[in-house]
Amino acid sequence: MSDVTANAPFDAQGWLRRQSRWSPLEVVFWLALLLPFFFFPTYLTLASQIAIAALFAISVDLILGYAGIVTLGHAMFFGLGAYAAGLISVYGWGEPLSGLLLAAAFAGLVGFVVSFMIVRVQHLALIMITLGLGLLTYELANSMSWLTGGTDGLRGIRTWPIFNYFRFDLWGYTAYSYSLAALFVCFLVSRRIVNSSFGLALRGVRENVRRMPAIGSDYRGHLQKIYTISAAIAGLAGALMAQTTNVVALDALSFQRSADVVVMLILGGTGRLYGAIVGAAIFLIARDQLSGVNPQYWYFWIGLLLMVVVLVMPKGILGGLSALASRWSGR
Amino acid sequence: MLKNAAAATALGLGLAWSGAAIAQETVKIGVILPYSGPFADAANQLQAGIDLYMAKHGDEVAGKKIEIIKRDTGGPAPDVAQRLAQELVVRDGVDILAGFALTPEALGAAPVSQEAQKLMVVMNAATSIVTEQSPYIVRTSVTIPQLNYSFGKWAFDEAGIKQAYTLVSDYGPGHDAEKSFSQGFTEAGGEILGSDRTPVANPDFSAFVQRVRDANPEAVYIFVPGGAQPAAIGKALADRGLAPPETKIFAQGELTHPEALESMGETARGIITTFHYTLERDDPLNKEYVEGYTAANNGRKPDLFSIGGYDGMHLIYEALKATDGDASGDALVEAAKGMAWESPRGPMSIDPETRDVVQTVYIREVQEVDGELQNVIIHEIPEVKDPLHGAN
Repeated sequence: MSDVTANAPFDAQGWLRRQSRWSPLEVVFWLALLLPFFFFPTYLTLASQIAIAALFAISVDLILGYAGIVTLGHAMFFGLGAYAAGLISVYGWGEPLSGLLLAAAFAGLVGFVVSFMIVRVQHLALIMITLGLGLLTYELANSMSWLTGGTDGLRGIRTWPIFNYFRFDLWGYTAYSYSLAALFVCFLVSRRIVNSSFGLALRGVRENVRRMPAIGSDYRGHLQKIYTISAAIAGLAGALMAQTTNVVALDALSFQRSADVVVMLILGGTGRLYGAIVGAAIFLIARDQLSGVNPQYWYFWIGLLLMVVVLVMPKGILGGLSALASRWSGR
Repeated sequence: MLKNAAAATALGLGLAWSGAAIAQETVKIGVILPYSGPFADAANQLQAGIDLYMAKHGDEVAGKKIEIIKRDTGGPAPDVAQRLAQELVVRDGVDILAGFALTPEALGAAPVSQEAQKLMVVMNAATSIVTEQSPYIVRTSVTIPQLNYSFGKWAFDEAGIKQAYTLVSDYGPGHDAEKSFSQGFTEAGGEILGSDRTPVANPDFSAFVQRVRDANPEAVYIFVPGGAQPAAIGKALADRGLAPPETKIFAQGELTHPEALESMGETARGIITTFHYTLERDDPLNKEYVEGYTAANNGRKPDLFSIGGYDGMHLIYEALKATDGDASGDALVEAAKGMAWESPRGPMSIDPETRDVVQTVYIREVQEVDGELQNVIIHEIPEVKDPLHGAN
């Protein structure tokens, strides 16, 4: 990280404090996320799915962008969270907030168990392991159709109104408010994590995993921790999807979902939390608009967009913008 | 407070839109299908059925112009289908939801149709429970138990088979098929010697077929998804010497639909299938339909998806005629209940209680006709209802 060496040669704590200060741009960004309520009331369901995808992308960014764990199977945790939240509701407890936390805890627990395997491998092997785990979970859910409903999906999810008052409406007001609130809270947590000394250690692992033990840092413990946290957040995103739509199908665990979230991250820019949100928004809005125009071949345009972004702005859209901004201020 | 005000504004906007829609005298139909991804072919065939009906009958019914809005789910994604349905209702102001090639899509959209009180025409998704998910759902395709329960009964009663073995793909539709065939067969008095499930993706059938051979049943019932698998299982059966007439081979119609027949070749001869639509059925309505369809689609022949879309549009057109253009969900679903008509597939109707399709089930045998293998109807079971409705 070039800015680390440039800004804080002596005082790491001070640098971290500066990083965690809120810039006006960030405040504007979050206020802008409230705009759909007033200007695009008919797009609220899309907005809520964007918020959920953004949360999922943040969870992947924490491990991929910050800790350098390449994954192609993170939908596993998204799906586990979704099925957990769905099943809790099917078996009679439809209270959303506790369901959300239980689902996240379950996904986090599985993430913790898996993390013992994850920290042992790197690079290509890591991609294969995550991919394999994702596919295994998918097949497991498929074969356990007595529990998951198999290819038909899990039915009978009834999410109670939030605080026994805000019912999930057709327009998506509740769904978007709820998803946005969850996104914001998880974002705050993630922001705190990446701007802590723990976050700094993660970047160290990403940059050079062999050097970390040399400077007295236990990288395996760090990786396990962040992987567990990331799994819990992914599970929370999945639970949000289950609760706001009242349906879960195998698609929640699919490879496509794991791949899409990586595409979102690459579009938005890895290693920055806002990149995850921007990438999710661009991906889903582009998908919505393009598939409305051409339902058959819209993925062509997504592919083109991805190639252009990667060629022109290798660090994603936000990375490209911040490079532009720093060149501007440097002049 | 803010939320309520915003909701009221939005509702006002929505009402204003639906008002505008009436003023323009259009009825909007939102079609939700997996136009992209692995099920795109099914979606395109279904869409071609819709297009053919509209090309034939014009885009005006009861003084209203019909407008189709297509939305892509990309596959069996209920959350996407639900969002698309919501958006179609609140943003595009559609009056009718239609399409739904896959069960998860229909399950995702069902709550929207219920809450928004819009007619939802399921043109393919074939799991029994679909129509129970909303009182506004009507189905114009088929259900797997409808085909296979009566098939199982027929196998014992008419074909005189006493023992059978089932071999199905290990996923939802396969499980349904296995269950309903076995149920029909054993209730009639037959005995299932054994049941095996094959992996959905790239299975090697030889080991499974060998197990069937070892059990030596009078008949084997097979359910595999379309694509490359019919040819693969046809070859595996032939290699192991499992062939009619020594061992009867039973299956659902997809196994021997025209394109699969081409790839299976001689191994398909004598296979007996159950289906609701038979391409070669000798009927003037069907001939006209097949000719029109083939001409409009570069020689591609209609299949089960096409007929679901075609009859789905027929239902919408006739319901609109009956309500004199009133596109409200309640009026349309009332008009649809009990509706009966002659389709290219044969006589069909909508069960007034379950809103599900009631139709003739055709038992066909692959035979050589004019030097070509095709499905020849050997038995018809009229007015078959889905046997599972009300049972669960």
